[in-house]
Amino acid sequence: MSLTGLTASELAAKLAAGEVTSVEVTQAHLDRIAAVDSLVHAFLHVDAEGALAAARKADEDRAAGKAASPLAGVPLALKDVLTTTDMPTTVGSKMLEGWMAPYDATVTRRLREAGVVVLGKTNMDEFAMGSSTENSAYGPTRNPWDTDRIPGGSGGGSSAALASFEAPLAIGTDTGGSIRQPGAVTGTVGVKPTYGGVSRYGLVAFSSSLDQPGPCARTVLDAALLHEVIAGHDPMDSTSIDQPVPQVVEAAKQGSGGDLTGVKVGVVREFSGDGYQPGVQRAFDAAVAQLSKLGAEVVEVSCPHFDYALGAYYLIAPSECSSNLARFDSMRYGLRVGDDGEHSAEQVMSLTREEGFGPEVKRRIMLGTYALSSGYYDAYYGQAQKVRTLITRDFTAAFEQVDVLVSPTTPTTAFKIGERVDDPMAMYLADLCTIPSNLAGNAAMSIPCGLSDEDGLPVGLQIMAPAMADDRLYRVGAAYEVARDAEQGGPLINRAPKLEAAV
Amino acid sequence: MSKISRDEVAHLAGLARLAVTEAELDTFAGQLDQILDAVAKVGQVAADDIPPTSHAVPVTNVFREDEVRPGLTREQALAAAPAAEEDRFRVPRILTEEA
Amino acid sequence: MTAVAEIMDYDEVLDRFDPVLGLEVHVELSTKTKMFCGCANEFGAEPNTQVCPVCLGLPGALPAVNGKAVEAAIRIGLALNCQVAEWCRFARKNYFYPDQPKNFQTSQYDEPIVFDGHLDVVLDDGETFRVDIERAHMEEDTGKSLHMGGATGRIHGADYSLLDYNRAGVPLIEIVTKPITGAGERAPEVARAYVTALRDLLRALNVSDVRMDQGSLRCDANVSLMPKGASEFGTRTETKNVNSLRSVERAVRYEMQRHAAVLTSGGSIVQETRHFDESTGSTSSGRPKETSEDYRYFPEPDLVPIAPSREWVEELSQTLPELPWERRRRAKEDWGLSDEELRDLVNAGALELIAETVEAGAAPGDARSWWVAYLSQQANTRGVELADLAITPKQVARVVALVGEGKLTNKLARQVVDGVLDGEGEPDEVVAARGFEVVSDDSELQKAVDEALAAQPDVADKIRGGKVQAAGAVVGSVMKATKGQADAKRVRELVLKACGQ
Ligand SMILES: [Mg+2]
Ligand SMILES: [Zn+2]
Repeated sequence: MSLTGLTASELAAKLAAGEVTSVEVTQAHLDRIAAVDSLVHAFLHVDAEGALAAARKADEDRAAGKAASPLAGVPLALKDVLTTTDMPTTVGSKMLEGWMAPYDATVTRRLREAGVVVLGKTNMDEFAMGSSTENSAYGPTRNPWDTDRIPGGSGGGSSAALASFEAPLAIGTDTGGSIRQPGAVTGTVGVKPTYGGVSRYGLVAFSSSLDQPGPCARTVLDAALLHEVIAGHDPMDSTSIDQPVPQVVEAAKQGSGGDLTGVKVGVVREFSGDGYQPGVQRAFDAAVAQLSKLGAEVVEVSCPHFDYALGAYYLIAPSECSSNLARFDSMRYGLRVGDDGEHSAEQVMSLTREEGFGPEVKRRIMLGTYALSSGYYDAYYGQAQKVRTLITRDFTAAFEQVDVLVSPTTPTTAFKIGERVDDPMAMYLADLCTIPSNLAGNAAMSIPCGLSDEDGLPVGLQIMAPAMADDRLYRVGAAYEVARDAEQGGPLINRAPKLEAAV
Repeated sequence: MSKISRDEVAHLAGLARLAVTEAELDTFAGQLDQILDAVAKVGQVAADDIPPTSHAVPVTNVFREDEVRPGLTREQALAAAPAAEEDRFRVPRILTEEA
Repeated sequence: MTAVAEIMDYDEVLDRFDPVLGLEVHVELSTKTKMFCGCANEFGAEPNTQVCPVCLGLPGALPAVNGKAVEAAIRIGLALNCQVAEWCRFARKNYFYPDQPKNFQTSQYDEPIVFDGHLDVVLDDGETFRVDIERAHMEEDTGKSLHMGGATGRIHGADYSLLDYNRAGVPLIEIVTKPITGAGERAPEVARAYVTALRDLLRALNVSDVRMDQGSLRCDANVSLMPKGASEFGTRTETKNVNSLRSVERAVRYEMQRHAAVLTSGGSIVQETRHFDESTGSTSSGRPKETSEDYRYFPEPDLVPIAPSREWVEELSQTLPELPWERRRRAKEDWGLSDEELRDLVNAGALELIAETVEAGAAPGDARSWWVAYLSQQANTRGVELADLAITPKQVARVVALVGEGKLTNKLARQVVDGVLDGEGEPDEVVAARGFEVVSDDSELQKAVDEALAAQPDVADKIRGGKVQAAGAVVGSVMKATKGQADAKRVRELVLKACGQ
């Protein structure tokens, strides 16, 4: 198998054994990007030179017996929402076209310190607002399973990079499902860690109380290895949790033994029925049956307030975004429009923001501005925060009965590019099942669970665990992954169409 | 059923510093209405005795030591400025004064 | 240009109206670093040299609260007889303005850290007036703009502006009074006396430079009038840009006269921000805003709540120095002053300085004479306030001691003081430059610590046993013994060291 077909842990083993160099591995991925990215458009920026330099450094360190981490020398695709000093950070927006941050995000710094090779920055919905990556100011990313379809969003660039074998690892950020939903529709693994588990410092904020960076990969073990590189307390993020990182690699290894005896799994009753594509439901049901076979005790659990999660989310996230995005005013950095000596600062701000933001971003800013306005705060933002409490209570009650909860990650498989752009509410439904864990802050994962029988597209199984019990996701996920591959005759991702190499 | 008027949309756009077009006023009025209708049901469940959650992690008193840390050089600070002059950020004339 | 407003004769104002005041004072804390980032908090640096991703509002940057600033806020609250919140949060106040990098100010809204207090202020005739405090909360300062082009360097008529963000993020405490009623004709004087008392208090707490000329103490004066006998407040105006104690008094007086003229001629007061002009002693209207204020406050999601434990609050209350009014009462008794003599010292801004000089070891008579005579004269010639002279009470006390020890004559002593004022160093250094030899001894603090530990053997044992929290009590008594002049952090170190911790 070619180097790009290997998983991160396989590459790490070959690097450790001296069978390949990081430069070779990195070059192979750069070649793959050069061959297929004109078709997929997963990357906004590829830094071949920087990546090769980092690879050489990783090789030198390893030769000197100083490999920085188990993932030293392994390439990665970084979502363009995390700041980097050596590549532009655009957040998929015209507002920040070409912006060079003068500092690295904590996640970026930890990746570099671990010797991980950053290949480039991946495409995303503008300011991480969207579920399809169609809201990028730089054009959509395409789903490697069917290039007429969306790769999920907002982290569609990262998920597509994995599914097209352009990178074995990627970083995403998840505010309402932006790691998990792209993972589900591209047949890859995505984890939203416990809120506060991974530092947000240097993550260009969409909704501060919901945003969380996390690992994306093609296998559960790879996600775990990356999780341990990026997680941990950071004094630069006051909401970062000052506790030891859950032992996720250990849990993934334990889980791959394939035994879930003693594990109680709760199926969320509210996430089924109307609006769920039949093929998605069937794939999900099969996955639940598989968990049973592995020894898990499966029960149905009701979380009645999850029905209100979408509403609460579409008040809280826009409210926070209306404030977080106020800084993009053209005074200190970024796009400036209309500075002709006639327009005032206020007018230049308004003209710049009008031109620099896309329709979805503007829509959410308007919605959030409304929800926070005097006279409406109590009815909207205030009520949404109460719903947040109720959803957290639902989780608490559920986790008193079961160890993990499961549901489909998203109600449908990848939809066609353009299909939902004119209907915001239809687009918002893609995050129906993922949002509760953002509101409550607990950990959640999406893992591929087969193809929907009616369209042959990947389906995601969502696993949810209590806050700081991220290790449970990996144990259950890894056990399921082994059983799935055994039953389905190999990794699901290997059934993705081989992309035609463009010349 | 909420009904957001064009005037209200214009007011919001002013608060949010968005020089929206006439066409956008109509589009946004319709879309905000649609979205608010869909989310309004949050008002149905949350009673007065439910405390609001502003932070997902129940932590308090996270403080930093009062110790100087290196920041940016002036060159770094001004590097991305659309305009700079006399080591400062240059901005168009400011009309109003606020709090 | 707007025409100069009509104003009414002051006595006539008082015949017809009762004034209501509300004072909002912003204090810049003198912490080493800013409120939410590790940038240096120093006045006067080169533009944009004390900035970082956080205080420049760069994408992705996050705030982190300066614990020392929270401590200062609580100490200020305690000195103002306030309650300290059990739990409170920061909030975002959203409004666009180029001097504010994030276009929201991280402040506090309906959950201030301290609230419901009072400050007794002494008026010129020695009478005391109680000002009720509504709240004090923590927030951050904005950057500074330079307005270019146009005639006057003012914002109106400028072609463009230049921004320096060194000040952005400097910790501010905003102290807000409840409506001040019943001051009558003395309202302008009450306003000045309140800001003076607050300045003295903050200086005693050692939390701020309290320099109105440099903007580290800023006062916004809200003024309204109600017809005699009425109980409903009139429409208020908020006057900003009041840069000296005297201006506070003048601005309030002017606004009372202007309001009265408008109201009696059948007009009505527009609720607005007004700017005080030092040169004319009048106020002018700020531009009326096109949109009504809607700050869309909501809890700051990037910062976790603050829940000061009662133990911490108690420990901080132990660190309060003797407060100005207590000191004043004691000075009067200890120094045998008449009401009039005390008032003159207070008005000259000399009392605190004399008291500190006495605490540094000088005899009251010597201390008084230096500050009231030679140093007041020097302040005059140098055109600065007494407190802003480049000499500290400690240094004055040292000079007094040198005279007492016979090492200096009075005449030489004045030359030594001149040397200090001219920046030649400590008195002893100036003396040395002239060939004197002086032994310096600075073990006072250690002595005080030893005494405090000896006086509380049980507490000392606890600390030795590893209960370092118990050190608070000892620190408290050392601070008391040293009249709050010691560095509490240093005292704590000495206490712990003395107990082998
Ligand atoms: Mg304020
Ligand atoms: Zn800073």
